[in-house]
Amino acid sequence: MLSQTWAIFRKDLRLELRTKEVLLAMLVFGLLVLVILNFAFEWTREETRRLAPGVLWIAFTFAGILGLNRSFALEKENHGLEGMLLAPLEPGYIYLGKWLSSTVFMLIAEVFLLSAFVVLFDLNVQAVLIRLLLVILLGTSGFCAVGTLLSAVSANTKMREVMLPILVFPVVVPVLIAAVESCAVLFEGGEMAEYYSGLRILIGCNLIYVTVSYLTFGYVLEE
Amino acid sequence: MLQRVFAWALFCAMAVALAGVFLYAPRERTMGDVQRIFYFHVSSAWVSFLAFFVVCVGSIGFLATRQPRWDHRAAASAELGVLFCSLVLITGPIWAKSSWDIWWTWDARLTTTLVLWLIYVAYLMLRSLVAEPVKRATLSAVVGIIGFVDVPIVYGAIRWWRTHHPAPVILGGEASGLEPRMRLVFFFCLAAFTLLYFFLLDRRLKLAHAQNELDELYRQAA
Repeated sequence: MLSQTWAIFRKDLRLELRTKEVLLAMLVFGLLVLVILNFAFEWTREETRRLAPGVLWIAFTFAGILGLNRSFALEKENHGLEGMLLAPLEPGYIYLGKWLSSTVFMLIAEVFLLSAFVVLFDLNVQAVLIRLLLVILLGTSGFCAVGTLLSAVSANTKMREVMLPILVFPVVVPVLIAAVESCAVLFEGGEMAEYYSGLRILIGCNLIYVTVSYLTFGYVLEE
Repeated sequence: MLQRVFAWALFCAMAVALAGVFLYAPRERTMGDVQRIFYFHVSSAWVSFLAFFVVCVGSIGFLATRQPRWDHRAAASAELGVLFCSLVLITGPIWAKSSWDIWWTWDARLTTTLVLWLIYVAYLMLRSLVAEPVKRATLSAVVGIIGFVDVPIVYGAIRWWRTHHPAPVILGGEASGLEPRMRLVFFFCLAAFTLLYFFLLDRRLKLAHAQNELDELYRQAA
């Protein structure tokens, strides 16, 4: 199982690192979101700490949707999915490989976006960095867990770029809530118990989304 | 013949329910007559949850058996679910504005209902964008399953969020603190609405079946 998943993951990684076009698009778009949101709020010292979690995750999810869209659009264009199924590869493992690669790409974009945010909005994250990265990791993997499945679903429709966010955002509400709240605890120095219960929700979401997606991915891929 | 009986039974049930709501149920002490919306509002909510549950059952049924009628059940129930959920989201603000002077609040129940509505609107949009019937059925079945599995998680997460950011809770318990006459009218109204759901579901399924047969004829002729 691991070798199949790893093969898909390495393929996506290699493809992307050659052109870097999806990563670049995610980065630039995420940056634009941050810049535009700058005009939406009053960014005083206290306001920055209060608004940071929400604004960060808006930028992350918009960039992430872009990445998810592209990952399956490319596969559709090049008949990559048929190729993978003929290899033969188990659909469930294709899902896991794609989940891993989209998570990694989104994480790379998020590291840059977080850095941009720290610079542009003067937010101090040093004290909470490790715990912040943990939330970002779990939130991103949860987002991509269900995003990968729904990206494969919407790739089969007529308006694929439009269908993906419409499908993903309502379903992924728990991940967003938990991620934003956990970040809020870190930035505003709240109760760590809330941070940990947020993490528990994120872990639960990850487990459920991966399980359901792994089991149903085969149906999405069949012709 | 049976459908005729069903239709008349539904008509009578609805008529009695309406009479109950407007004539028999007592006037609420603080909110007055506008509180009567509650009977339709909560009945619609419970029926929409039933409808979405049927969507999930239909979706699993289709993936397990590959028979189109399971897909028809899922699709028809999704349409009805969105219909009743829309009624909830329309009647709620009407009631809220006249009783508590706010259109909306982001408390756990309202927010979950809105997210639920969005999930199934997305389901219906997906269906409209896939032309091939088998593909459409398969993709919607997958979305139907993950959508329904997600609902308790959404509710739990929103409630957890709300414990840290409390909001004005509009509704107390639903049928819990009701006066006996109100409770009777409410459960009768709920039964009438459930009957309405099954009646509409039956009609919609017959329509889907006819559409399916027509498509088959076209395919054979082509």
